[in-house]
Amino acid sequence: MLKILKYSFYDLMRSRWSYVYFLFYLLLGIVLLFLNNDLSKAVITLMNVIIILVPLIGTIFGVMYYYNSREFTELLLAQPVKRSSIFLGQYFGVATSLTMSLIIGLGMPFVFYGIFNSSAIWDFSLLLITGAFLTFIFTALAFVIALSNENRIKGFGYAILLWLFMAVIYDGLFLMSLLYFEDYPLDKFSLVATMLNPVDLSRVLILLKLDISALLGYTGAVFQKFFGTSFGLILSFVMLVFWVVVPTFFIWRIAKRKDF
Amino acid sequence: MLQAEEGDTVLVKKGVYKEANIKINKSIALIGEDMPVIDGEAKGEIITIGADNVMLDGFKIINVGVSYTTDYAAVRVVNSTGFVIQNLELQKLFFGIYLQKSNDGKVLNNKVRGEAVTEFNSGNAIHLWYCKNVEVIGNDVQKVRDGIYLEFSDNIKITNNISKNNVRYGLHFMFSNNNYVINNVFETNGAGIALMFSKFMEVENNVIKKNWGTASYGLLLKEVNDVNMINNLFIENTVGITVEGSNRLVYSNNDFTSNGYAIRVKGACYDNQIINNNFLYNSFDISYNGRINDNKFDNNYWSNYTGYDLDKNGIGDVPYRPVKLFSYIVNRTPETIILLRSLFIDIIDFSEKVSPVFTPDDLMDNNPRMKLIQHDRN
Repeated sequence: MLKILKYSFYDLMRSRWSYVYFLFYLLLGIVLLFLNNDLSKAVITLMNVIIILVPLIGTIFGVMYYYNSREFTELLLAQPVKRSSIFLGQYFGVATSLTMSLIIGLGMPFVFYGIFNSSAIWDFSLLLITGAFLTFIFTALAFVIALSNENRIKGFGYAILLWLFMAVIYDGLFLMSLLYFEDYPLDKFSLVATMLNPVDLSRVLILLKLDISALLGYTGAVFQKFFGTSFGLILSFVMLVFWVVVPTFFIWRIAKRKDF
Repeated sequence: MLQAEEGDTVLVKKGVYKEANIKINKSIALIGEDMPVIDGEAKGEIITIGADNVMLDGFKIINVGVSYTTDYAAVRVVNSTGFVIQNLELQKLFFGIYLQKSNDGKVLNNKVRGEAVTEFNSGNAIHLWYCKNVEVIGNDVQKVRDGIYLEFSDNIKITNNISKNNVRYGLHFMFSNNNYVINNVFETNGAGIALMFSKFMEVENNVIKKNWGTASYGLLLKEVNDVNMINNLFIENTVGITVEGSNRLVYSNNDFTSNGYAIRVKGACYDNQIINNNFLYNSFDISYNGRINDNKFDNNYWSNYTGYDLDKNGIGDVPYRPVKLFSYIVNRTPETIILLRSLFIDIIDFSEKVSPVFTPDDLMDNNPRMKLIQHDRN
C-alpha cells in the first residue's frame, strides 16, 4: 500500500494540478495579507475560502483522479497486489498531496509575514488543521462516489451534488428547521446539527476561536461552553476523524467487492 | 479644622491621616499640599460635606468601607450648593464621589481607580442623585461598577472624561433630562453609555470603543426621546447602538467602524433620523425587527454598498438597503446566528437584497454616498 501511496503522491506532485492548487493558495495568502495588513482579519477571510473551496476541490480532484488513473489501476489489478491497498494507496496519495499544497501554499506567506510572532498562530493552525480534515473527508467521499459509479458524468454529478448539499443545502434545511421549531429550545438541536456536518463543524470551530464569536450572543455562549471544554473539542475532532474513517472504510469495502 | 470659620482655607500637610467619618459643616476650602493620604481603614464613609460652597482639593483617599445596605462613599455631598471637588485620587473605594440633592457644583479632574469585579459588591465612581447644574469635567475613572451615574439629575455637563474598564456602564443615565455629554472616551466597559428613561440630551464628539462581549453595547438607548447624537465614533463594539422604544432621535455625522452590529433597533422606535454617518466594515449595519419603518435613513456612506454612480454626483443611483435578511432572521430566532458566515446565508442575503420580501421595503437609504464622509471633528 505504501508503495502505491508513494507512487500516487509523486505522480500528483509532478502533475500540473497540484502546482496550480499550490500557486492558488500561495497567491491567495499573499493577496490577503497585502490587502488586509491584519493577520486576524486575514484569517476570517481565509475561513470563508477554506470551508467552501477546500471541500469543492477535494471532491472534484478525487473524482477526477480516480477516473483518469483508471487504466493504470486496471494494470495494477492484474498484478499480485491487494485490492484495498491499491485504492487506499491512491486515496491517501491524493489527499496527502492536496493537504500539502494547502498547508505549504497558505503557510508560506503567513510564515514570512510573521505568524509565529502573532497571537493569531492558534487560529491559523486550527484553520489549517480543519482544512486538512476537510480535504481528507471530501476526497474520501469522492472516491466512494467514483468507485460506485462507472459512468463518469454520473460520478461527477453526484460529487458536485454532495458538495452542494454539505456546503449549502444542509444549512438551508438547518435554517428552515430552526425557524419552524422556533418555539422549542433549540440549543441541543443546533449543537447536534452542527456536529453532523463537517463543513458546519469546521466553520463553528473556527468562528468560536475568533473575536466575532461575541456576536453569537446567547447561542454562542452555549456553543462556547461546549466547544470551549476539552471534551467538546475532542468530541468534534473525533467527529471529524469519524468522517474520514467511515468513507475510507467504504472505499475499502467497495474496492474488495467491485467487479472490473 | 474644627476651629475654622466660615470662608476659611484649611491647608493639610503631606502625610497619612487615618480618619473616617469626617464631617464638613462649614463653608471652607480644604486643600491638600502634595497629595496627603486619608485612609478610611474600611470603616465606612470618609468625608461628608453638608455645607454650601465647600472646596475639596488634592487628596488621595483610600479604603472606603463596603456595605450591602449603605452606600458608603469616599466623598459625599448632601443638600449643598456651590461645591468644588477636584484633583482627588480615589483608590480601594466602594462609591467614589456621591452627590446627593446638591446643585451648582463642579467635579473636576479626579482620578478613580477601583477594583470592581462583580456588579453587586462594587459602587459607582461619580454618582449623582437629584442634582442640578453640575459640571463633571476631566475625570478619569476606571474599574468601578458605573463610571458616572446619574439618577433624576438635570442640566449636567459631562465633558472630557475618560471612563474605562468598568464592570457595568461607562456612563449611566436614569430619569435624567437636558444633559450634555461631550468629548468623552468610553472604552472596554460592559456598555459604553446607557441612556434610560431620559430626554433632551446632547451626545457629541464621544469616542465609544471596544465594548466587546456577548452582552456588551457601545450605547444603549431605552425609552429615551429627543436625543441628538452627533460626531461620535463607535469602534469595535459588539453592538454600536442598541435602541428600544425611543423617538425623535437624530444620529448624524457619526462613524460606525468594525462593530458587530452598528445599530440594533429593537422596536417601537419612530421618527428617528440617521443622516450623514459612515458605516464601515460592520458585520451587520442595521438590525431591525418588525416590518414598519418610520425612520429616515439618508445620505450615509455604507462600506457594503455595491451600487454605481453614473451621473458622478457622489450619490449612488441605487438605494441601499441596510437590513440584511439574516439579521432579520436572527432577531426572530436567535439560535440561527450559528449559521453566521455560511454560504447559504450569503446566498439568501443576496437574493433578499435584489428583491426584498421580509425586510421593510421602505427601509432604505435613497441617497447613499459613494465616498467616505470626512467629518470635521473639532
